[in-house]
Amino acid sequence: MNVDVLGRSGLQTQAQSKLAIADCDIHPRPAGVGIGGVSKSLYPYLSQRWLDHVETFGIQYRQPWEKGSAYPKAQPQACRRDAFTPDGGSPGSSLHFMAEQHLDPNNVGLGILNPLTSGQGATNPLLSDAITHATNEWQKTEWTSQDKRLRGSVVVPYEDTAASVKEIELRAGDREFAQVLLLSRTAEPLGQRRYWPIYEAAAAADLAVGIHAFGNGGWPNTAGGWGSYYIEEMVGHAQAQQSLLVSMILEGVFEHVPGLRVVLVEGGLAWAAALGWRMDRQWKKLKQELPHLKRAPSEYIRTNVWFTTQPVEEPEPRTQLAEAIEWIGWDRVLFATDYPHWDFDDPAQALPIKMTEAQKRAVFRDNAMGVYRQG
Amino acid sequence: MTQPAPIDCDVHPIVPGIETLLPYMDDHWRETVVRRGIEDLTTISYPTRNPLSFRQDLRDATGRTGTDPATLGRQGLDPFGTQLAICNCLYGVQAQYSEDLGVAFCRALNDWIATEWLDRDPRLRASIVVPMQNTEYAVDEINRCAPDPRFVQVMLLVGSENTLGRRQYWPIYAAAERHGLPIGIHAGSMYRHPMTAVGWPTTFTEEYVNQAIAFQSQLTSLIAEGVFAKFSSLTVVLLESGVTWLPAYLWRLTKFWKGLRSEIPWVSDPPGSIVRDRVRLTLQPFDAPPDAASVMRLVDHIGSDEMLLFSTDYPHYQFDGGDPIPEGLDKGLAQKIMAENPLRTYVRLKERETTP
Repeated sequence: MNVDVLGRSGLQTQAQSKLAIADCDIHPRPAGVGIGGVSKSLYPYLSQRWLDHVETFGIQYRQPWEKGSAYPKAQPQACRRDAFTPDGGSPGSSLHFMAEQHLDPNNVGLGILNPLTSGQGATNPLLSDAITHATNEWQKTEWTSQDKRLRGSVVVPYEDTAASVKEIELRAGDREFAQVLLLSRTAEPLGQRRYWPIYEAAAAADLAVGIHAFGNGGWPNTAGGWGSYYIEEMVGHAQAQQSLLVSMILEGVFEHVPGLRVVLVEGGLAWAAALGWRMDRQWKKLKQELPHLKRAPSEYIRTNVWFTTQPVEEPEPRTQLAEAIEWIGWDRVLFATDYPHWDFDDPAQALPIKMTEAQKRAVFRDNAMGVYRQG
Repeated sequence: MTQPAPIDCDVHPIVPGIETLLPYMDDHWRETVVRRGIEDLTTISYPTRNPLSFRQDLRDATGRTGTDPATLGRQGLDPFGTQLAICNCLYGVQAQYSEDLGVAFCRALNDWIATEWLDRDPRLRASIVVPMQNTEYAVDEINRCAPDPRFVQVMLLVGSENTLGRRQYWPIYAAAERHGLPIGIHAGSMYRHPMTAVGWPTTFTEEYVNQAIAFQSQLTSLIAEGVFAKFSSLTVVLLESGVTWLPAYLWRLTKFWKGLRSEIPWVSDPPGSIVRDRVRLTLQPFDAPPDAASVMRLVDHIGSDEMLLFSTDYPHYQFDGGDPIPEGLDKGLAQKIMAENPLRTYVRLKERETTP
């Protein structure tokens, strides 16, 4: 967090972090904001039809404002103030600066790109399709082809399943992409059958499915209506991700696509054990409703679901975090920084718990290499 | 160490049928129920045939149980030697879209509970059911019922119309605090919104699992809006919320409080310490880990032996056999849960007179 970073040297030297790490949540951002939040950087990848549309109508989501987000962020663009480029550009908009500030000094050997302002969940599904496709082209041209440490995420217009499948099939076999990216807050819980072809296509392409916090599904962000504050939204990503995971497990997604690898990004991980216990306890009484489940609900977490660390929970004493991880397994945990956002977890400072060398290697690198089929 | 006689903080009297409430309604509303053919308000949170709604071994010929105090006493209190039990009636009155119907049914329900339950078994206490549709009416109902000391709590549902911390609800908290009544938030919903932040669930199981998640959001709301800062002697009890989600939830909330507290400057204490001081949870369902060792580890993560309150959740099916205490729970803690923690939480339980 900003407040902490100020008291430190800021950057670590390469020598300090010996292990080349995998950062499973990095946010590149198309430079230059255009109409309604569609960046001009994406224009080269849009057809004339959609260029004209964007220039005239912009893009709308299921939220109130033309630009910006429903809850005012704590920092401009929700970013570290030191992550704006030297010429004042948006954080995450320059590969050169990202490498200099983050990838090089933190010795990032594998960086998973998760572009967030990419038209996912736009009210107009055709526009969502056009912008997500353009974002994927942009990732290839300006990022993954330029820096071999980086892998892109196939962003898909997830409310239009057929279009999403088409985009995934287009990227299948392209090693510059490591996963399909969805956002948490969708029009329906993500376990519902309308989304299953996306999972089938991802598994067929041997791509993981990352599900990142945020999105605009149109539903209030709690079961009791809309929260008032940004802190409620940020804490609430954990609740949204619990709900979508419950949906995916109880609907039987992992029975239908047993090889599916789901990565939950930025929603926390310490809650996973308790959620598994609750599902198991209730399922024991109610399983007649769910005959398609062949195993206890928590078991699907242990085989099909991974969690990125940032913003990693910080109990007092810290040892409790290790205990919470033990409950789900060290093999489920993927390190992430969330660069360049304000709540960035510094690899040198985050996870202040005792880990064995094997656990460190798993969390900071090997788990990611496995789930993303790298190396 | 002899176990103290337990105080059961969550039992559910079942309304036998809407006609039961008619004697407690005035002519206009009685006529409304009859003329408009309002048949029943059993909430879909607890459908009659559902395995969770009634323990299978307790059901009567109608498929239900707990529709009269004698049965509740025989099945829900006697087997545990319960000295006192708090009735939380879950008839779906808060889901009425009309504020007027909401008030009419709440008044009838509270009067029915006082007359046909509290008057008949001296072990029983109750929560005031309030029309969540309208804060002013809810306050009126609290003020109307509070003179009867056998009402020991104000009950809200976790699935509210707006987040419960919002200022529109504060007069309810002011009234509760003034009368020495904790705010109990129970599983269930007004069904204005889905039980998840990502749309309507498909199955009962999915919805019920999500109730625990909804409690997390409501706790965030109560803390962030400053309810605990404003009402310094108010206690909030989470009823049938599940328990084991609490530590991990607090870790994340505390982390973001550190980063974002300038947005909510009135929250000057770390959320964990607010919750440990001011929030209580009923025991069932505990949603325990599968092994006894993890149970105590989890209790350690909660970081307080004062937060849990004994409950059976009668007649809901939450545990098998006759012991609601989760396996692995430390004996000393189990002892505190039984009566000491409930007595500290509900000041009115100390007043033993049973007539208003």
